[in-house]
Amino acid sequence: MRNLLPILTVLGGIVLLWYLAVAPMNIRVALDQAERAGSTITPEGSVERRSVSVFRLMADNSEHVRAAYALDRPRLPTPAQVGAELWKTTGDMALKGRAFSNRSLIYHAWITLQSTLWGFALGMAVGILGAVAIVYSRVADMSLMPWAIISQTIPIVALAPMIIVVSSQLGIEGRGVPKAIISAYLCFFPVLVGMVKGLRAPDPSQLDLLKTYDASGLQSFLKLRLPASLPFLFTSLKIGIAAALVGTIVGELPTGAVSGLGARILIGDQFGAPLAIWSALFAAAILAGLLVTLLDLTQRVALGRMEGRA
Amino acid sequence: MQDPVIQAQNLSLTFQTNDGPVHALKDVDLTIEKGDFVSFIGPSGCGKTTFLRCIAALEKPTAGSLTVNGLTPEEARRNRAYGYVFQHAGLYPWRTIGGNIRLPLEIMGYAKSDMADRVQHVLKLVDLEGFEKKFPWQLSGGMQQRASIARALAFDADILLMDEPFGALDEIVRDHLNEQLLKLWAKTGKTVGFVTHSIPEAVYLSTKIVVMSPRPGRITDVIESTLPRERPLDLRETPEFLALSHRVREGLRAGHSYD
Repeated sequence: MRNLLPILTVLGGIVLLWYLAVAPMNIRVALDQAERAGSTITPEGSVERRSVSVFRLMADNSEHVRAAYALDRPRLPTPAQVGAELWKTTGDMALKGRAFSNRSLIYHAWITLQSTLWGFALGMAVGILGAVAIVYSRVADMSLMPWAIISQTIPIVALAPMIIVVSSQLGIEGRGVPKAIISAYLCFFPVLVGMVKGLRAPDPSQLDLLKTYDASGLQSFLKLRLPASLPFLFTSLKIGIAAALVGTIVGELPTGAVSGLGARILIGDQFGAPLAIWSALFAAAILAGLLVTLLDLTQRVALGRMEGRA
Repeated sequence: MQDPVIQAQNLSLTFQTNDGPVHALKDVDLTIEKGDFVSFIGPSGCGKTTFLRCIAALEKPTAGSLTVNGLTPEEARRNRAYGYVFQHAGLYPWRTIGGNIRLPLEIMGYAKSDMADRVQHVLKLVDLEGFEKKFPWQLSGGMQQRASIARALAFDADILLMDEPFGALDEIVRDHLNEQLLKLWAKTGKTVGFVTHSIPEAVYLSTKIVVMSPRPGRITDVIESTLPRERPLDLRETPEFLALSHRVREGLRAGHSYD
Protein backbone atom coordinates (compact mmCIF):
# COMPACT_ATOMS: atom_id res chain seq x y z
CA MET A 1 0.00 0.00 0.00
CA ARG A 2 2.90 2.31 0.76
CA ASN A 3 4.06 1.89 -2.84
CA LEU A 4 0.73 3.03 -4.15
CA LEU A 5 1.00 6.72 -3.29
CA PRO A 6 4.12 7.51 -5.36
CA ILE A 7 2.73 5.50 -8.26
CA LEU A 8 -0.57 7.35 -8.15
CA THR A 9 1.23 10.70 -7.84
CA VAL A 10 3.26 10.04 -11.00
CA LEU A 11 0.18 8.75 -12.80
CA GLY A 12 -1.75 11.85 -11.75
CA GLY A 13 1.06 14.06 -13.05
CA ILE A 14 1.07 12.31 -16.41
CA VAL A 15 -2.71 12.58 -16.78
CA LEU A 16 -2.58 16.26 -15.86
CA LEU A 17 0.15 17.00 -18.43
CA TRP A 18 -1.80 15.02 -20.98
CA TYR A 19 -4.97 17.07 -20.40
CA LEU A 20 -2.95 20.28 -20.60
CA ALA A 21 -1.46 19.17 -23.94
CA VAL A 22 -4.81 18.31 -25.50
CA ALA A 23 -5.97 21.91 -25.99
CA PRO A 24 -2.95 23.25 -27.91
CA MET A 25 -2.74 20.03 -29.95
CA ASN A 26 -6.40 20.17 -31.03
CA ILE A 27 -7.20 23.87 -31.08
CA ARG A 28 -6.67 24.38 -34.83
CA VAL A 29 -8.97 21.50 -35.75
CA ALA A 30 -11.52 22.70 -33.21
CA LEU A 31 -11.46 26.27 -34.58
CA ASP A 32 -11.80 25.05 -38.17
CA GLN A 33 -14.85 23.04 -37.21
CA ALA A 34 -16.35 25.92 -35.25
CA GLU A 35 -15.79 28.31 -38.15
CA ARG A 36 -17.47 25.91 -40.55
CA ALA A 37 -20.39 25.72 -38.14
CA GLY A 38 -20.76 29.51 -38.35
CA SER A 39 -18.83 30.89 -35.37
CA THR A 40 -16.61 33.91 -35.72
CA ILE A 41 -12.96 33.07 -35.14
CA THR A 42 -10.00 35.46 -34.93
CA PRO A 43 -8.16 35.51 -37.23
CA GLU A 44 -10.57 34.29 -39.85
CA GLY A 45 -9.64 31.42 -42.18
CA SER A 46 -7.66 28.26 -41.58
CA VAL A 47 -4.78 29.47 -43.77
CA GLU A 48 -4.46 32.76 -41.86
CA ARG A 49 -4.33 30.91 -38.58
CA ARG A 50 -1.39 28.78 -39.66
CA SER A 51 1.03 31.58 -38.90
CA VAL A 52 -0.45 32.27 -35.42
CA SER A 53 0.79 30.26 -32.45
CA VAL A 54 -1.62 27.83 -30.81
CA PHE A 55 -1.42 29.66 -27.48
CA ARG A 56 -2.38 32.92 -29.16
CA LEU A 57 -5.33 31.16 -30.80
CA MET A 58 -6.42 29.72 -27.46
CA ALA A 59 -6.23 33.14 -25.82
CA ASP A 60 -8.16 34.90 -28.61
CA ASN A 61 -10.86 32.21 -28.92
CA SER A 62 -11.08 31.01 -25.34
CA GLU A 63 -14.77 30.08 -25.70
CA HIS A 64 -13.81 27.36 -28.24
CA VAL A 65 -11.05 25.72 -26.15
CA ARG A 66 -13.66 23.40 -24.64
CA ALA A 67 -14.38 22.02 -28.10
CA ALA A 68 -10.76 20.86 -28.38
CA TYR A 69 -11.57 18.25 -25.74
CA ALA A 70 -14.52 16.75 -27.57
CA LEU A 71 -13.43 16.24 -31.18
CA ASP A 72 -14.35 13.12 -33.13
CA ARG A 73 -10.94 12.86 -34.73
CA PRO A 74 -8.58 14.70 -32.41
CA ARG A 75 -4.89 15.04 -33.04
CA LEU A 76 -4.48 14.07 -29.38
CA PRO A 77 -7.48 12.43 -27.69
CA THR A 78 -8.06 12.94 -23.99
CA PRO A 79 -7.44 10.06 -21.57
CA ALA A 80 -11.19 9.83 -21.09
CA GLN A 81 -11.76 9.48 -24.85
CA VAL A 82 -9.10 6.77 -25.05
CA GLY A 83 -10.63 5.01 -22.08
CA ALA A 84 -14.09 5.14 -23.62
CA GLU A 85 -12.80 3.81 -26.95
CA LEU A 86 -10.90 1.08 -25.17
CA TRP A 87 -14.03 0.04 -23.31
CA LYS A 88 -16.12 0.19 -26.48
CA THR A 89 -13.74 -2.19 -28.26
CA THR A 90 -13.11 -4.59 -25.38
CA GLY A 91 -15.43 -4.88 -22.38
CA ASP A 92 -18.50 -3.59 -24.16
CA MET A 93 -18.07 -6.01 -27.06
CA ALA A 94 -17.41 -8.86 -24.66
CA LEU A 95 -20.67 -8.04 -22.89
CA LYS A 96 -22.44 -8.23 -26.21
CA GLY A 97 -20.82 -11.62 -26.83
CA ARG A 98 -18.66 -10.36 -29.67
CA ALA A 99 -15.28 -10.51 -27.92
CA PHE A 100 -13.72 -12.22 -30.92
CA SER A 101 -15.23 -10.21 -33.73
CA ASN A 102 -12.56 -8.47 -35.77
CA ARG A 103 -13.66 -5.10 -34.44
CA SER A 104 -12.79 -6.18 -30.94
CA LEU A 105 -9.37 -5.41 -29.48
CA ILE A 106 -9.62 -8.61 -27.46
CA TYR A 107 -9.48 -10.51 -30.73
CA HIS A 108 -6.52 -8.48 -32.01
CA ALA A 109 -4.69 -8.76 -28.68
CA TRP A 110 -5.22 -12.50 -28.79
CA ILE A 111 -3.65 -12.69 -32.27
CA THR A 112 -0.70 -10.62 -31.06
CA LEU A 113 -0.40 -12.63 -27.85
CA GLN A 114 -0.14 -15.90 -29.73
CA SER A 115 2.75 -14.67 -31.87
CA THR A 116 4.35 -13.11 -28.81
CA LEU A 117 4.29 -16.37 -26.91
CA TRP A 118 5.69 -18.32 -29.85
CA GLY A 119 8.40 -15.73 -30.33
CA PHE A 120 9.08 -15.71 -26.60
CA ALA A 121 9.44 -19.48 -26.51
CA LEU A 122 11.73 -19.43 -29.52
CA GLY A 123 13.80 -16.53 -28.22
CA MET A 124 14.05 -18.12 -24.79
CA ALA A 125 15.29 -21.39 -26.30
CA VAL A 126 17.84 -19.63 -28.50
CA GLY A 127 18.97 -17.42 -25.61
CA ILE A 128 19.39 -20.26 -23.13
CA LEU A 129 21.11 -22.60 -25.57
CA GLY A 130 23.37 -19.79 -26.75
CA ALA A 131 24.29 -18.95 -23.17
CA VAL A 132 25.16 -22.57 -22.41
CA ALA A 133 27.35 -22.69 -25.52
CA ILE A 134 29.06 -19.43 -24.57
CA VAL A 135 29.74 -20.50 -20.99
CA TYR A 136 31.05 -23.94 -21.93
CA SER A 137 32.97 -23.14 -25.09
CA ARG A 138 35.61 -20.51 -25.45
CA VAL A 139 35.17 -20.57 -29.20
CA ALA A 140 31.46 -19.84 -28.85
CA ASP A 141 32.23 -17.13 -26.32
CA MET A 142 34.49 -15.35 -28.77
CA SER A 143 32.38 -15.92 -31.88
CA LEU A 144 28.72 -15.87 -30.77
CA MET A 145 28.72 -12.94 -28.39
CA PRO A 146 29.85 -10.25 -30.87
CA TRP A 147 27.19 -11.41 -33.36
CA ALA A 148 24.54 -11.34 -30.69
CA ILE A 149 25.45 -7.75 -29.93
CA ILE A 150 25.62 -6.74 -33.60
CA SER A 151 22.20 -8.32 -34.20
CA GLN A 152 20.68 -5.85 -31.76
CA THR A 153 22.15 -2.81 -33.51
CA ILE A 154 20.14 -3.46 -36.69
CA PRO A 155 16.80 -1.66 -36.53
CA ILE A 156 14.11 -4.29 -36.36
CA VAL A 157 11.81 -2.10 -38.47
CA ALA A 158 14.27 -2.48 -41.33
CA LEU A 159 14.70 -6.17 -40.82
CA ALA A 160 11.07 -7.14 -40.31
CA PRO A 161 9.94 -6.80 -43.97
CA MET A 162 12.94 -8.84 -45.09
CA ILE A 163 12.11 -11.66 -42.72
CA ILE A 164 8.54 -11.66 -44.04
CA VAL A 165 9.69 -11.66 -47.68
CA VAL A 166 12.21 -14.43 -47.07
CA SER A 167 9.74 -16.64 -45.25
CA SER A 168 7.13 -16.23 -47.97
CA GLN A 169 9.84 -17.15 -50.51
CA LEU A 170 10.50 -20.26 -48.47
CA GLY A 171 6.84 -21.12 -48.89
CA ILE A 172 5.76 -20.39 -45.33
CA GLU A 173 2.11 -19.48 -45.49
CA GLY A 174 0.52 -16.91 -43.23
CA ARG A 175 2.09 -14.37 -40.99
CA GLY A 176 2.44 -16.37 -37.78
CA VAL A 177 5.90 -17.80 -38.34
CA PRO A 178 7.68 -14.64 -39.56
CA LYS A 179 6.05 -12.64 -36.76
CA ALA A 180 7.31 -15.13 -34.20
CA ILE A 181 10.80 -14.97 -35.73
CA ILE A 182 10.85 -11.16 -35.55
CA SER A 183 9.63 -11.34 -32.00
CA ALA A 184 12.25 -13.95 -31.06
CA TYR A 185 14.92 -11.79 -32.67
CA LEU A 186 14.26 -9.04 -30.13
CA CYS A 187 13.64 -11.31 -27.20
CA PHE A 188 16.59 -13.73 -27.30
CA PHE A 189 19.17 -11.09 -26.47
CA PRO A 190 18.24 -10.21 -22.87
CA VAL A 191 17.76 -13.91 -22.16
CA LEU A 192 21.20 -14.71 -23.59
CA VAL A 193 22.97 -11.97 -21.65
CA GLY A 194 21.16 -12.78 -18.40
CA MET A 195 21.78 -16.49 -18.69
CA VAL A 196 25.48 -16.04 -19.44
CA LYS A 197 25.76 -13.97 -16.30
CA GLY A 198 23.66 -16.45 -14.34
CA LEU A 199 25.56 -19.53 -15.45
CA ARG A 200 28.77 -17.79 -14.48
CA ALA A 201 27.40 -16.68 -11.12
CA PRO A 202 28.81 -19.54 -8.97
CA ASP A 203 32.15 -18.51 -7.55
CA PRO A 204 35.35 -20.49 -8.19
CA SER A 205 35.31 -22.19 -4.80
CA GLN A 206 31.88 -23.63 -5.50
CA LEU A 207 33.14 -25.07 -8.77
CA ASP A 208 36.25 -26.36 -6.96
CA LEU A 209 34.04 -28.06 -4.41
CA LEU A 210 32.31 -30.01 -7.18
CA LYS A 211 35.71 -30.91 -8.58
CA THR A 212 36.68 -32.43 -5.23
CA TYR A 213 33.67 -34.72 -5.65
CA ASP A 214 34.95 -35.63 -9.10
CA ALA A 215 31.63 -34.36 -10.52
CA SER A 216 31.10 -34.55 -14.28
CA GLY A 217 30.45 -31.46 -16.38
CA LEU A 218 26.78 -32.40 -16.70
CA GLN A 219 26.45 -32.85 -12.95
CA SER A 220 27.95 -29.46 -12.18
CA PHE A 221 25.66 -27.91 -14.79
CA LEU A 222 22.51 -29.48 -13.40
CA LYS A 223 23.33 -29.21 -9.71
CA LEU A 224 25.10 -25.86 -9.56
CA ARG A 225 25.11 -23.66 -12.64
CA LEU A 226 21.51 -24.11 -13.68
CA PRO A 227 19.87 -23.50 -10.29
CA ALA A 228 22.27 -20.61 -9.63
CA SER A 229 21.20 -18.97 -12.89
CA LEU A 230 17.45 -19.02 -12.21
CA PRO A 231 17.18 -15.58 -10.55
CA PHE A 232 19.03 -14.10 -13.54
CA LEU A 233 16.84 -16.03 -15.95
CA PHE A 234 13.62 -14.65 -14.48
CA THR A 235 14.85 -11.08 -14.64
CA SER A 236 15.81 -11.62 -18.29
CA LEU A 237 12.51 -13.25 -19.10
CA LYS A 238 10.63 -10.20 -17.87
CA ILE A 239 12.61 -7.97 -20.21
CA GLY A 240 12.39 -10.63 -22.92
CA ILE A 241 8.63 -10.95 -22.95
CA ALA A 242 8.16 -7.19 -23.25
CA ALA A 243 10.66 -7.22 -26.14
CA ALA A 244 8.82 -10.13 -27.72
CA LEU A 245 5.57 -8.17 -27.66
CA VAL A 246 7.23 -5.15 -29.27
CA GLY A 247 8.74 -7.47 -31.88
CA THR A 248 5.36 -8.95 -32.73
CA ILE A 249 3.74 -5.55 -33.08
CA VAL A 250 6.58 -4.37 -35.31
CA GLY A 251 6.12 -7.56 -37.32
CA GLU A 252 2.47 -6.66 -37.84
CA LEU A 253 3.16 -3.11 -38.97
CA PRO A 254 4.89 -3.10 -42.33
CA THR A 255 3.11 -5.84 -44.12
CA GLY A 256 -0.51 -5.08 -44.55
CA ALA A 257 -1.50 -7.47 -41.82
CA VAL A 258 -5.21 -7.20 -41.04
CA SER A 259 -5.26 -8.61 -37.54
CA GLY A 260 -3.20 -8.01 -34.43
CA LEU A 261 -2.58 -4.85 -32.41
CA GLY A 262 0.12 -3.71 -34.84
CA ALA A 263 -2.35 -3.93 -37.70
CA ARG A 264 -4.86 -1.87 -35.70
CA ILE A 265 -2.26 0.82 -35.18
CA LEU A 266 -1.44 0.86 -38.89
CA ILE A 267 -5.07 0.87 -39.98
CA GLY A 268 -5.88 3.65 -37.51
CA ASP A 269 -3.08 5.67 -39.05
CA GLN A 270 -4.15 5.06 -42.65
CA PHE A 271 -7.81 5.85 -42.01
CA GLY A 272 -7.13 8.87 -39.81
CA ALA A 273 -8.63 7.31 -36.71
CA PRO A 274 -6.37 8.43 -33.87
CA LEU A 275 -8.65 6.92 -31.27
CA ALA A 276 -8.10 3.49 -32.78
CA ILE A 277 -4.32 4.01 -32.67
CA TRP A 278 -4.39 5.13 -29.09
CA SER A 279 -6.62 2.40 -27.85
CA ALA A 280 -4.51 -0.23 -29.63
CA LEU A 281 -1.39 1.29 -28.04
CA PHE A 282 -2.96 1.12 -24.63
CA ALA A 283 -4.14 -2.42 -25.23
CA ALA A 284 -0.54 -3.35 -26.06
CA ALA A 285 0.74 -1.64 -22.92
CA ILE A 286 -1.84 -3.40 -20.77
CA LEU A 287 -0.97 -6.73 -22.37
CA ALA A 288 2.75 -6.16 -21.71
CA GLY A 289 2.00 -5.18 -18.12
CA LEU A 290 -0.02 -8.34 -17.58
CA LEU A 291 2.66 -10.58 -19.06
CA VAL A 292 5.45 -9.00 -16.99
CA THR A 293 3.34 -9.16 -13.83
CA LEU A 294 2.59 -12.80 -14.47
CA LEU A 295 6.29 -13.59 -14.82
CA ASP A 296 7.05 -11.52 -11.73
CA LEU A 297 4.60 -13.50 -9.64
CA THR A 298 5.99 -16.77 -11.01
CA GLN A 299 9.46 -15.58 -10.09
CA ARG A 300 8.48 -14.70 -6.52
CA VAL A 301 6.72 -17.97 -5.95
CA ALA A 302 9.37 -20.14 -7.63
CA LEU A 303 12.43 -18.52 -6.07
CA GLY A 304 10.76 -18.13 -2.70
CA ARG A 305 9.88 -21.82 -2.67
CA MET A 306 13.35 -22.75 -3.84
CA GLU A 307 15.00 -21.06 -0.89
CA GLY A 308 12.33 -21.97 1.60
CA ARG A 309 11.19 -18.40 2.13
CA ALA A 310 7.61 -18.84 1.01
CA MET B 1 54.80 -48.66 10.67
CA GLN B 2 51.96 -47.80 8.29
CA ASP B 3 52.54 -46.11 4.99
CA PRO B 4 52.17 -42.35 5.27
CA VAL B 5 48.85 -40.91 4.19
CA ILE B 6 50.38 -37.97 2.38
CA GLN B 7 53.95 -37.82 1.20
CA ALA B 8 55.53 -34.91 -0.66
CA GLN B 9 59.09 -34.95 -1.98
CA ASN B 10 60.79 -31.97 -3.60
CA LEU B 11 57.36 -30.70 -4.48
CA SER B 12 57.42 -27.46 -6.48
CA LEU B 13 54.74 -25.46 -8.21
CA THR B 14 55.57 -22.47 -10.35
CA PHE B 15 52.87 -20.26 -11.84
CA GLN B 16 53.82 -18.52 -15.07
CA THR B 17 52.49 -14.98 -14.92
CA ASN B 18 52.99 -11.88 -17.03
CA ASP B 19 55.44 -10.61 -14.42
CA GLY B 20 57.56 -13.74 -14.70
CA PRO B 21 57.39 -17.01 -12.77
CA VAL B 22 55.93 -17.12 -9.26
CA HIS B 23 57.28 -19.88 -7.05
CA ALA B 24 54.21 -20.81 -5.06
CA LEU B 25 55.94 -23.91 -3.68
CA LYS B 26 59.61 -24.80 -3.82
CA ASP B 27 61.16 -28.12 -2.78
CA VAL B 28 58.59 -29.01 -0.19
CA ASP B 29 59.17 -32.27 1.69
CA LEU B 30 56.50 -33.43 4.10
CA THR B 31 55.12 -36.65 5.45
CA ILE B 32 51.71 -36.88 7.09
CA GLU B 33 50.85 -40.04 8.99
CA LYS B 34 47.42 -41.53 9.47
CA GLY B 35 45.45 -39.78 12.20
CA ASP B 36 47.69 -36.69 12.24
CA PHE B 37 46.18 -33.25 12.69
CA VAL B 38 48.49 -31.08 10.64
CA SER B 39 48.23 -27.30 10.56
CA PHE B 40 49.81 -25.19 7.87
CA ILE B 41 50.60 -21.71 9.10
CA GLY B 42 52.28 -18.78 7.42
CA PRO B 43 51.58 -15.39 5.89
CA SER B 44 49.68 -14.88 2.62
CA GLY B 45 51.60 -16.18 -0.36
CA CYS B 46 53.53 -18.85 1.55
CA GLY B 47 51.84 -21.60 -0.44
CA LYS B 48 49.88 -23.23 2.37
CA THR B 49 46.61 -23.18 0.46
CA THR B 50 48.42 -24.16 -2.74
CA PHE B 51 49.86 -27.20 -0.97
CA LEU B 52 46.41 -28.22 0.23
CA ARG B 53 45.04 -27.74 -3.29
CA CYS B 54 47.83 -29.94 -4.66
CA ILE B 55 46.80 -32.72 -2.29
CA ALA B 56 43.21 -32.29 -3.51
CA ALA B 57 44.37 -32.34 -7.15
CA LEU B 58 42.96 -28.84 -7.66
CA GLU B 59 46.44 -27.67 -8.66
CA LYS B 60 49.10 -29.62 -10.52
CA PRO B 61 52.66 -29.53 -9.14
CA THR B 62 55.33 -28.67 -11.70
CA ALA B 63 58.06 -30.79 -10.12
CA GLY B 64 58.60 -33.38 -7.41
CA SER B 65 56.31 -36.16 -6.25
CA LEU B 66 53.17 -36.21 -4.16
CA THR B 67 51.22 -39.26 -3.10
CA VAL B 68 47.93 -39.51 -1.24
CA ASN B 69 47.25 -42.93 0.26
CA GLY B 70 50.06 -44.16 -1.99
CA LEU B 71 48.24 -42.95 -5.13
CA THR B 72 48.49 -39.85 -7.28
CA PRO B 73 46.23 -37.03 -6.06
CA GLU B 74 43.90 -37.55 -9.05
CA GLU B 75 43.52 -41.25 -8.33
CA ALA B 76 43.03 -40.54 -4.65
CA ARG B 77 40.27 -38.10 -5.52
CA ARG B 78 38.53 -40.68 -7.64
CA ASN B 79 38.72 -43.01 -4.64
CA ARG B 80 37.02 -40.31 -2.54
CA ALA B 81 40.08 -40.04 -0.33
CA TYR B 82 39.30 -36.60 1.06
CA GLY B 83 36.64 -34.13 1.97
CA TYR B 84 37.43 -30.46 1.42
CA VAL B 85 36.17 -27.53 3.48
CA PHE B 86 36.54 -24.02 2.09
CA GLN B 87 36.74 -20.73 3.94
CA HIS B 88 33.19 -19.91 2.93
CA ALA B 89 30.64 -22.56 3.72
CA GLY B 90 29.33 -22.25 0.15
CA LEU B 91 26.08 -24.01 0.94
CA TYR B 92 23.60 -23.90 -1.94
CA PRO B 93 20.88 -21.46 -0.90
CA TRP B 94 18.27 -23.46 -2.81
CA ARG B 95 18.97 -26.67 -0.90
CA THR B 96 18.11 -27.46 2.70
CA ILE B 97 20.95 -28.37 5.07
CA GLY B 98 20.12 -32.01 4.49
CA GLY B 99 20.02 -31.37 0.74
CA ASN B 100 23.42 -29.73 0.87
CA ILE B 101 24.90 -32.69 2.71
CA ARG B 102 23.32 -35.02 0.17
CA LEU B 103 25.00 -33.13 -2.70
CA PRO B 104 28.27 -35.14 -2.73
CA LEU B 105 26.33 -38.34 -2.10
CA GLU B 106 24.08 -37.67 -5.11
CA ILE B 107 27.08 -36.94 -7.30
CA MET B 108 28.85 -40.09 -6.12
CA GLY B 109 25.72 -42.17 -6.69
CA TYR B 110 24.86 -43.37 -3.20
CA ALA B 111 21.57 -45.20 -2.65
CA LYS B 112 18.69 -43.10 -1.34
CA SER B 113 18.24 -45.03 1.91
CA ASP B 114 21.95 -44.87 2.62
CA MET B 115 21.91 -41.10 2.07
CA ALA B 116 19.31 -40.51 4.76
CA ASP B 117 21.32 -42.48 7.33
CA ARG B 118 24.51 -40.69 6.44
CA VAL B 119 22.89 -37.26 6.69
CA GLN B 120 21.60 -38.10 10.18
CA HIS B 121 24.98 -39.46 11.19
CA VAL B 122 27.06 -36.44 10.14
CA LEU B 123 24.50 -33.93 11.42
CA LYS B 124 24.95 -35.55 14.80
CA LEU B 125 28.74 -35.37 14.47
CA VAL B 126 28.65 -31.59 13.96
CA ASP B 127 25.89 -31.07 16.51
CA LEU B 128 23.24 -29.94 14.03
CA GLU B 129 20.57 -32.53 14.71
CA GLY B 130 17.13 -31.27 13.81
CA PHE B 131 18.40 -28.76 11.26
CA GLU B 132 18.08 -31.05 8.27
CA LYS B 133 15.05 -29.28 6.83
CA LYS B 134 16.27 -25.74 7.49
CA PHE B 135 17.63 -23.57 4.70
CA PRO B 136 21.12 -22.01 4.92
CA TRP B 137 19.79 -18.47 5.46
CA GLN B 138 18.11 -19.67 8.63
CA LEU B 139 21.50 -20.64 10.16
CA SER B 140 24.26 -18.51 11.70
CA GLY B 141 27.68 -18.32 10.04
CA GLY B 142 29.17 -20.80 12.50
CA MET B 143 26.34 -23.26 11.98
CA GLN B 144 26.68 -22.95 8.21
CA GLN B 145 30.37 -23.79 8.47
CA ARG B 146 29.53 -26.80 10.62
CA ALA B 147 27.07 -27.90 7.96
CA SER B 148 29.79 -27.59 5.35
CA ILE B 149 32.05 -29.78 7.50
CA ALA B 150 29.23 -32.30 7.74
CA ARG B 151 28.99 -32.21 3.95
CA ALA B 152 32.72 -33.05 3.72
CA LEU B 153 32.31 -35.90 6.18
CA ALA B 154 29.25 -37.44 4.55
CA PHE B 155 31.08 -39.80 2.20
CA ASP B 156 33.56 -41.32 4.66
CA ALA B 157 36.78 -39.89 3.28
CA ASP B 158 39.74 -40.65 5.56
CA ILE B 159 41.30 -37.26 5.00
CA LEU B 160 39.73 -33.92 5.84
CA LEU B 161 41.31 -30.92 4.12
CA MET B 162 40.31 -27.56 5.58
CA ASP B 163 41.33 -24.26 4.04
CA GLU B 164 40.93 -21.58 6.71
CA PRO B 165 37.51 -22.95 7.56
CA PHE B 166 36.96 -20.58 10.48
CA GLY B 167 38.76 -17.57 8.99
CA ALA B 168 35.57 -15.63 8.38
CA LEU B 169 34.07 -16.22 11.83
CA ASP B 170 34.44 -14.19 15.01
CA GLU B 171 36.75 -15.37 17.78
CA ILE B 172 34.09 -16.63 20.15
CA VAL B 173 32.48 -18.81 17.52
CA ARG B 174 35.91 -19.86 16.40
CA ASP B 175 36.93 -21.07 19.88
CA HIS B 176 33.78 -23.08 20.10
CA LEU B 177 34.26 -24.64 16.68
CA ASN B 178 37.91 -25.44 17.41
CA GLU B 179 36.82 -27.35 20.47
CA GLN B 180 34.16 -29.17 18.49
CA LEU B 181 36.57 -29.96 15.71
CA LEU B 182 38.96 -31.62 18.13
CA LYS B 183 36.14 -33.76 19.51
CA LEU B 184 35.11 -34.68 16.00
CA TRP B 185 38.68 -35.60 15.13
CA ALA B 186 38.99 -37.76 18.27
CA LYS B 187 35.72 -39.50 17.41
CA THR B 188 36.44 -40.16 13.74
CA GLY B 189 40.21 -40.65 13.72
CA LYS B 190 40.54 -38.81 10.41
CA THR B 191 43.72 -37.32 9.09
CA VAL B 192 43.30 -33.54 8.97
CA GLY B 193 45.14 -30.93 6.93
CA PHE B 194 44.24 -27.51 8.27
CA VAL B 195 45.32 -24.16 6.82
CA THR B 196 45.21 -21.19 9.18
CA HIS B 197 46.52 -17.69 9.84
CA SER B 198 46.15 -17.99 13.58
CA ILE B 199 49.00 -19.17 15.80
CA PRO B 200 46.79 -20.11 18.79
CA GLU B 201 44.46 -22.03 16.50
CA ALA B 202 47.35 -23.97 14.96
CA VAL B 203 48.92 -24.79 18.32
CA TYR B 204 45.63 -25.68 19.96
CA LEU B 205 44.47 -28.07 17.26
CA SER B 206 47.53 -29.76 15.83
CA THR B 207 49.70 -32.76 16.42
CA LYS B 208 52.05 -31.33 13.84
CA ILE B 209 52.50 -27.67 12.90
CA VAL B 210 54.02 -26.85 9.55
CA VAL B 211 55.42 -23.31 9.47
CA MET B 212 55.72 -21.85 5.97
CA SER B 213 57.28 -18.78 4.39
CA PRO B 214 56.71 -16.90 1.15
CA ARG B 215 58.87 -16.00 -1.87
CA PRO B 216 59.43 -18.83 -2.63
CA GLY B 217 56.73 -20.77 -0.76
CA ARG B 218 58.55 -23.26 1.46
CA ILE B 219 58.51 -25.03 4.81
CA THR B 220 60.70 -23.38 7.44
CA ASP B 221 59.85 -25.58 10.43
CA VAL B 222 57.85 -28.68 11.30
CA ILE B 223 56.88 -28.78 14.96
CA GLU B 224 55.67 -31.98 16.61
CA SER B 225 53.24 -30.93 19.29
CA THR B 226 53.97 -32.04 22.85
CA LEU B 227 50.44 -31.26 24.01
CA PRO B 228 48.23 -34.11 25.21
CA ARG B 229 45.43 -35.36 22.95
CA GLU B 230 42.81 -34.25 25.43
CA ARG B 231 42.70 -30.46 25.10
CA PRO B 232 40.35 -28.26 27.09
CA LEU B 233 40.21 -24.59 26.00
CA ASP B 234 42.15 -23.38 29.08
CA LEU B 235 45.09 -25.46 27.93
CA ARG B 236 45.95 -22.34 26.01
CA GLU B 237 47.16 -20.58 29.14
CA THR B 238 49.70 -23.27 30.11
CA PRO B 239 53.48 -22.63 29.75
CA GLU B 240 53.73 -25.59 27.37
CA PHE B 241 51.20 -24.01 25.01
CA LEU B 242 52.95 -20.64 25.17
CA ALA B 243 56.32 -22.30 24.48
CA LEU B 244 54.92 -23.94 21.36
CA SER B 245 53.37 -20.64 20.24
CA HIS B 246 56.73 -19.00 20.75
CA ARG B 247 58.44 -21.60 18.58
CA VAL B 248 55.90 -21.07 15.80
CA ARG B 249 56.49 -17.33 15.97
CA GLU B 250 60.27 -17.88 15.82
CA GLY B 251 59.78 -20.08 12.78
CA LEU B 252 57.75 -17.35 11.07
CA ARG B 253 60.38 -14.77 11.95
CA ALA B 254 63.18 -16.99 10.61
CA GLY B 255 61.32 -17.14 7.31
CA HIS B 256 61.10 -13.33 7.20
CA SER B 257 57.35 -13.62 7.43
CA TYR B 258 57.18 -10.41 9.41
CA ASP B 259 59.20 -8.35 6.94
